[in-house]
Amino acid sequence: MTYVEYKQLNPFQRFAYNFKNFIFNVPHAVAKFFKALGRAIVRFFTGIGKGFKNYGVTFVKGDWATKLSYLIFGVGDIHKGKYYKGILFFLVEVLYILFMVFFGWTYLQKFNTLGTVKTHQAFNEMGIPETVYGDNSMLILLYSVLAIVVTVVVFAIYIANIKDAYRHQVMRAEGKKPTSLKTDVKEFLDGKYHITLLSFPVLMISIFNILPLIFMVLIAFTNYDQSHLPPGTLFTWIGFDNFGSLFNFVDSATKATTFIELTKWTLIWAVVATFSNYILGMIVALMINKKGIKLKALWRTLFVIAIAVPQFVSLLLMNQMLQTNGAINIILSYFNGGVNPQIQFLNSTTLMARLTVIIVNLWVGIPYTILSMSGILMNIPEDLYESARIDGAGPVKTFTKITLPYMIFVTTPQLITSFVGNINNFNVIFLLTGGGPSTEEFYQAGRTDILVTWLFNLTMNSQDYGLAAAIGILVFIVCATLSLLIYNNSKSMRDEEAFS
Amino acid sequence: MIKSYKLRRVISNTLIYALLIILGIIWISPFVYLVMHSFRAEGLIAVDYLVPREWTFQNYIDLFTGAGGSASINFPKWFLNTLIVAIFSCIIATVSVLMVSYAFSRLRFKSRKKFMNVGMILGMFPGFMTMIAIYYLLKAMNLTGTLVALVICYSCGAGLGFQISKGFFDTVPRALDEAATIDGATKNQIFWKIILPMSKPIVVYTVLTSFIGPWTDFILAKIIMGDNIEYYTVAIGLQKMLSNDFINTYYKQFLAGSVVVAVPITLLFLKMQKYYVEGVTAGGVKG
Repeated sequence: MTYVEYKQLNPFQRFAYNFKNFIFNVPHAVAKFFKALGRAIVRFFTGIGKGFKNYGVTFVKGDWATKLSYLIFGVGDIHKGKYYKGILFFLVEVLYILFMVFFGWTYLQKFNTLGTVKTHQAFNEMGIPETVYGDNSMLILLYSVLAIVVTVVVFAIYIANIKDAYRHQVMRAEGKKPTSLKTDVKEFLDGKYHITLLSFPVLMISIFNILPLIFMVLIAFTNYDQSHLPPGTLFTWIGFDNFGSLFNFVDSATKATTFIELTKWTLIWAVVATFSNYILGMIVALMINKKGIKLKALWRTLFVIAIAVPQFVSLLLMNQMLQTNGAINIILSYFNGGVNPQIQFLNSTTLMARLTVIIVNLWVGIPYTILSMSGILMNIPEDLYESARIDGAGPVKTFTKITLPYMIFVTTPQLITSFVGNINNFNVIFLLTGGGPSTEEFYQAGRTDILVTWLFNLTMNSQDYGLAAAIGILVFIVCATLSLLIYNNSKSMRDEEAFS
Repeated sequence: MIKSYKLRRVISNTLIYALLIILGIIWISPFVYLVMHSFRAEGLIAVDYLVPREWTFQNYIDLFTGAGGSASINFPKWFLNTLIVAIFSCIIATVSVLMVSYAFSRLRFKSRKKFMNVGMILGMFPGFMTMIAIYYLLKAMNLTGTLVALVICYSCGAGLGFQISKGFFDTVPRALDEAATIDGATKNQIFWKIILPMSKPIVVYTVLTSFIGPWTDFILAKIIMGDNIEYYTVAIGLQKMLSNDFINTYYKQFLAGSVVVAVPITLLFLKMQKYYVEGVTAGGVKG
């Protein structure tokens, strides 16, 4: 399509055109992503190759102290007079060895089996039966992951130690003295300030975000469920069986049915919830921000209160109001000749429950759309309108030619973000219906459960940890792909210095 | 022509006002219902009329004195738990967010972009993914069911939420930094003496959001606390009041408790609404 043709389209056609382009671009973007991934992998391995080369070259060129640093951390630094750093390096090695000998290795050596000795009853030498505690698969897995992460970190420190030793050797050859502790500390408040600032958050994130992620991914490949619960019993590696059971309609029919049905409903839910909120929210935002409408702040506040009140309060309240003797049925009774119609919104039919959830979600979601749209509407440059007025454009024309295209252009990324958000919309489903109406056909799920709430049930109620982790990984793959697509298409990263 | 144009505008505006009034009523009425019935004296659970017949403060008094029969329902204790968790996680979270966003906004170092990418992608992961794993981790450390675990959960990932405050730091003119550097200030001094005093709004915003978090979070607290009812936060505590064993005696106290939690948070939120809009649009407009 040429530029002229594009300009002749009305905003909805343009939106459709852009949207179509976006969808068609997805394979391209995915291809680009994998190409970039491939390049990154190649770069990674050439980096490793280079690292090995440097490792050898430094060893050949190094003096005795540098060479000894290959075995004992920090010797090079101490020899060159950089005492505190050398001692720190040495301490790291000592601590690491102690950690591995007394803690890490005991778990790491059982990593391939996740333990072989069950907790059992045995007779001690007095002939009295007592419980003998065996291996705890979960702790073995967890501490093995910890030991591996620690090893990676220590390896990085080891390399840093060698580099530092060689750097100081070169400095001595050039007749320079190593910097003192005082100047180094000063450097950490200035030139290396980023290390000071980032080390604490990075440490926290590694322990409580990255480590759990690795751990959870590994759990998906084990048979950790209600009949393999440590410390009483052991669990072990089972490969892709958890993923397989989600698609196997022969051996695990209920699980597979549940998975397929819930996936369908999750997708329907995400699409309907996202678009209904977006379109209706945009209409309300336009009404509030229309020229000549007074009390704008008041209208906006009315809606914003729905965001401000904690979701668990408003949703639990909604749940109570939708019961057969709740407020909604009471209001309906005024239209029903004073007789309570006793409509069961949440636990009669699937369709009714799903419709109710979607409508209540409108009540929850529209204020968010209004809030972000209002900001955007106020951001539309006033001179656009002014020049349109001078050119003789009426209100209808300015709306279809300026306001609408601008909004649609600006908010398309948000649309996809909220789609991902809705796939993970735990609160609305869990607090409103609790998954109901319940059914026998599903495994640990009800008719309105989405994948995320099913995952929650699997962990908290039936302790199918392995299965839950597998579902988590699948959901994560979908969400991460979508997020990466948006992220690669968004300009805010490139524009970060626009204002400074 | 002009007359008809004016007329049309009057009609359309009237229509819009009418619609806005109806919508406003729909959006606000659940809360009016909530507040009204929290003062209701008669009846136990729901009643078949909308406006209470007798008004009383008794529900609020019962809520805070623990009158109601069951020792396990202890709202004052839950309130205190939440307050403690909120204060500690607020301090840790604010400090980490500000440190990370200043480093990414103002300092230029090797692999800064890489760190930011990893941070952003980790931040995009649905929170529940790590929650379940964190649960295992805390279980192994024997921390599940304690307040420490909650503080850790709410504050440890906070550094990933750096985007909004980084966006704010980005708008502070770099000329200020350069001038300070010429005068011999270190990066540390620039951070404390120039950027932070100029960024009061974003500091307030960060403090408030991380303070509000524990009051509104539901799922994480539920996973961590399980049946350890003594250390519940208000969110899961109030949900407990609606469970089958307690709903008959505690329904009205639930309403009162919801008002007690919702009112301060609503006020705080309305105060910081404008920062929220700025943050959302700063991320969105350029997208």
